[in-house]
Amino acid sequence: MKRDFLNYKIAELSELQDDAKRKAIAYFHERITAFNPELNAFLEVLPLSANYSSGSLSGIPYALKDNILARGTRTTCASDILKDYISPYDATVTARLKAEGAVLMGKTNLDEFAMGSSTENSAFGPSKNPWDLNRIPGGSSGGSAAAVAAGLVPFALGSDTGGSVRQPAAFCGVVGYKPSYGLVSRYGLVAFASSLDQIGPLTRCVDDAYAVFKTIARKDINDATTINNGVNLKANDLPKIDLKGIRIAVPSDALDFEGLDERVKSRFLEFVERLTEKGAKVSFIELGILKYVVATYYLIAPGEASSNLSRYDGVRYGERVESENYEEMIKKNRDIGFGDEVKRRILLGTFTLSSAYYDAYYRRALKIRRIISDRINKVLQEHDFILNPTTPTLPGKIGEISDPLTYYLMDIYTIPANLAGMPAISVPIDPVDGLPVGVQFMGKRLSDLQLLSVAKEAEKLSGAYENGLAKLPERWLHV
Amino acid sequence: MYKTIIGLEIHAQLSTKTKAFCSCQADVFELEPNTAICPVCTGQPGALPVLNKTVVEYAVKAAVAFNCSINLRSSFDRKNYFYPDLPKGYQITQYFTPIAENGYLEFKLDGNEKRVRIRRIHIEEDAGKMIHQDADSISGASGSLVNLNRCGVPLIEIVTEPDISSPKEARVFMELLRDTLRAIDICSGDMEKGALRCDANISVVDEESGTSSNRVEVKNINSFKFVEKALEFERERIIKALEQGTDVDRETRTWNFTKRETISMRSKEEENDYRYFPEPDLPPLQLSGEFVEKVRKNLPELPQQRVQRLIQQYGIPEYDASVLGSDVKISLFFEEVSRVTGKPKDASNWIMTELMREINQRGIPIDEMPIGPEHFKVLFQLLDQGKISAKIAKELFPLMVETGKTPDQLVKERGMEQISDEKLIEEIVLRAMESNPKAVQQYRDGKKNVMGYFVGAVMKETRGKANPAVVNEIVRRLLES
Ligand SMILES: [Zn+2]
Repeated sequence: MKRDFLNYKIAELSELQDDAKRKAIAYFHERITAFNPELNAFLEVLPLSANYSSGSLSGIPYALKDNILARGTRTTCASDILKDYISPYDATVTARLKAEGAVLMGKTNLDEFAMGSSTENSAFGPSKNPWDLNRIPGGSSGGSAAAVAAGLVPFALGSDTGGSVRQPAAFCGVVGYKPSYGLVSRYGLVAFASSLDQIGPLTRCVDDAYAVFKTIARKDINDATTINNGVNLKANDLPKIDLKGIRIAVPSDALDFEGLDERVKSRFLEFVERLTEKGAKVSFIELGILKYVVATYYLIAPGEASSNLSRYDGVRYGERVESENYEEMIKKNRDIGFGDEVKRRILLGTFTLSSAYYDAYYRRALKIRRIISDRINKVLQEHDFILNPTTPTLPGKIGEISDPLTYYLMDIYTIPANLAGMPAISVPIDPVDGLPVGVQFMGKRLSDLQLLSVAKEAEKLSGAYENGLAKLPERWLHV
Repeated sequence: MYKTIIGLEIHAQLSTKTKAFCSCQADVFELEPNTAICPVCTGQPGALPVLNKTVVEYAVKAAVAFNCSINLRSSFDRKNYFYPDLPKGYQITQYFTPIAENGYLEFKLDGNEKRVRIRRIHIEEDAGKMIHQDADSISGASGSLVNLNRCGVPLIEIVTEPDISSPKEARVFMELLRDTLRAIDICSGDMEKGALRCDANISVVDEESGTSSNRVEVKNINSFKFVEKALEFERERIIKALEQGTDVDRETRTWNFTKRETISMRSKEEENDYRYFPEPDLPPLQLSGEFVEKVRKNLPELPQQRVQRLIQQYGIPEYDASVLGSDVKISLFFEEVSRVTGKPKDASNWIMTELMREINQRGIPIDEMPIGPEHFKVLFQLLDQGKISAKIAKELFPLMVETGKTPDQLVKERGMEQISDEKLIEEIVLRAMESNPKAVQQYRDGKKNVMGYFVGAVMKETRGKANPAVVNEIVRRLLES
């Protein structure tokens, strides 16, 4: 029986003969063409091309979140202000994937400039959740998550500033991994909040996440925040880890959070039970910082964003509106170029960085960020991992939530990893009412391999998998 | 009596090969617009800065030369504002922790020792350049062109304490600062080319009443002459206001070259809030003590050290030493000429006057001049031997510079040897006495200055080549015999 390409892990696809690889590439291209109109996962689909080099990802189709540059393609950040911007160079991750033979199929949808948790804040319309087209795929890497969850590509890259890879992975029932800050170069990732942003893969299993991570991670001379000798990436396979005796901390304050959906909570506790049965030592602890993380994040991230986005003045990018003078022109250009959420965060960031309020807000947020880091480090000295639901809720209906604060709170479990620079991964567990649920493991800084190893063990306890790959919704199985 | 208080903020362009945060060429003065740019320095989406190590080394050199204490851990920050020549919308600078602080520079002015404290030295990147059509600023211009070549060019900003007490002092300080930057070879010091720029803060205190004026900032001063001129103008303007019982506005002004006055740029209220915050794309800059020590040890001689050494080693006057010592190439040339000729004072005289004049007129730097110490050696010998007069020597000098020939060659070629032949001179003098007996009588009646007439006659006939000492002696002897 000829196996469907949807049932291949990346390692298996890369071992195919050349003609089979070409068939696989054409197959995924056909799926994208057929399904994207419904999903709006891709903003740009590249023409079918079977040119690829040899390498560890030879002939593997993939998608890039449209805030990552690929020379010659449009990089819009889902914003009107960049709608015609052609990347003049390759992002480091793009260049590394190309060098290992991966085949770029297109650019995926996102919340404008990666600001949002639903992919509804896209200037080009929302993406749909492959499990329920009326629901959001999460965000901001919602297009990448939807593309992987519908089997349009074996993997996609996203960017994660406060949970933007892990949260849509949880909503779409796939694996989303944010590496330790500094392991993956940000060169060519359009900056949202530089000290928090990190590129990470969305895949259908942890092995695939590792295969992609191995290719894109390492020091980059173009990004001064990348580090040397962080993690040994030589091994072909992940190190084996035994759940027996693993010390896992579950923050009880996360479970007490009033926004936590009861169904998500009970699925999560069932999963914790399975871990315990396998011999993991689970302790419920008081993390004590959760009530500060959202506030801290929404001081630091918009501050950096307000600065990072000031280059979009409508002169070099975007549309230019005729005006009386320079100041008026910039105001008008930015007014028509940016969406509401982006404007909201620019205003917030501009305010908190202003000299009158810097000490009261920004400086204090930097201090609290340090306290949060210290607290997480302390817990991770006594435990190997921290485990919590990836998101407090199930994916909502498109247009359902209009209050930005509600959205901001959806990232409460994912933000700590960004503030502290820790690696974290979301793995799908058994769904609720046909909707995916994810759990997040967070590890010590640079413990990425152990983190991936424990996540791989967790997959074995999950009802979301079949033959080692996250299940796809029935309706996308056949073109 | 009024007391003047001046503080300076000086931007010095570092003469590194590449820009501060990318590998584009840093010396962009003569390049076509927008030819030395890349995704990083033009702030393309996704591009990131990477710090140029040479920039750090140069900044540390300056810090050591200006007696600063160096922060082994410093950091970068963003200064945010909108302007079309600032493609990222912010400038990378060091605001919260600069690379160096608390230095000073000492110099002598009108016989007094002066110390100007330096508050801080920090690294930053330059912005681009704009050309506005039909207007002085972007608002109201019919069009504006942007040249991004200067974006990311490395600068250090040197900020003084308000220790400078006169416009002249400001100029002398700036000149010494330039000489020092040149001596340590980190900045060309050319104000005309924008490699050195200066903003000044000035206020005036009425010492009788104790009232002090608002502080006025004079921006974009681009020549050493204008440092003094602009501050003098501003000082007078402020004093006039104080005398009328009012005060000047606290504002930023700029020196208008054509009107020879300062004009208002913007008031205090119009100033930006730069929203400084730590640059998240660059990790803090960590220096080792060994690195700083190595820079300190390899620091070349500074202008003032050199002046003291020239005085001691060559016995030349302080004035000569300060003129020669301000430029490393000129002082090296002086030392070489002194060594070869064994005549430091003569070397100093000739270099300070004749050679400097040639350098200035021809616009050729000293190391491209076709004459060397040998030329001076031969020149001094010819003078000593009486083969040429000082006057002839001065005529010879430009010819030497022009042709590269030694003075003896030129003398031979052009028949410019001095005439010391007493017989020949005697003949000429006697002829002159015969043809003008009236003048001879005048001399003998006591009108001694008539002697000049006879000397002149000899010079005229020998076309200036007669040895003046011999001529004088003979004329006197014959007239008095
Ligand atoms: Zn450049």
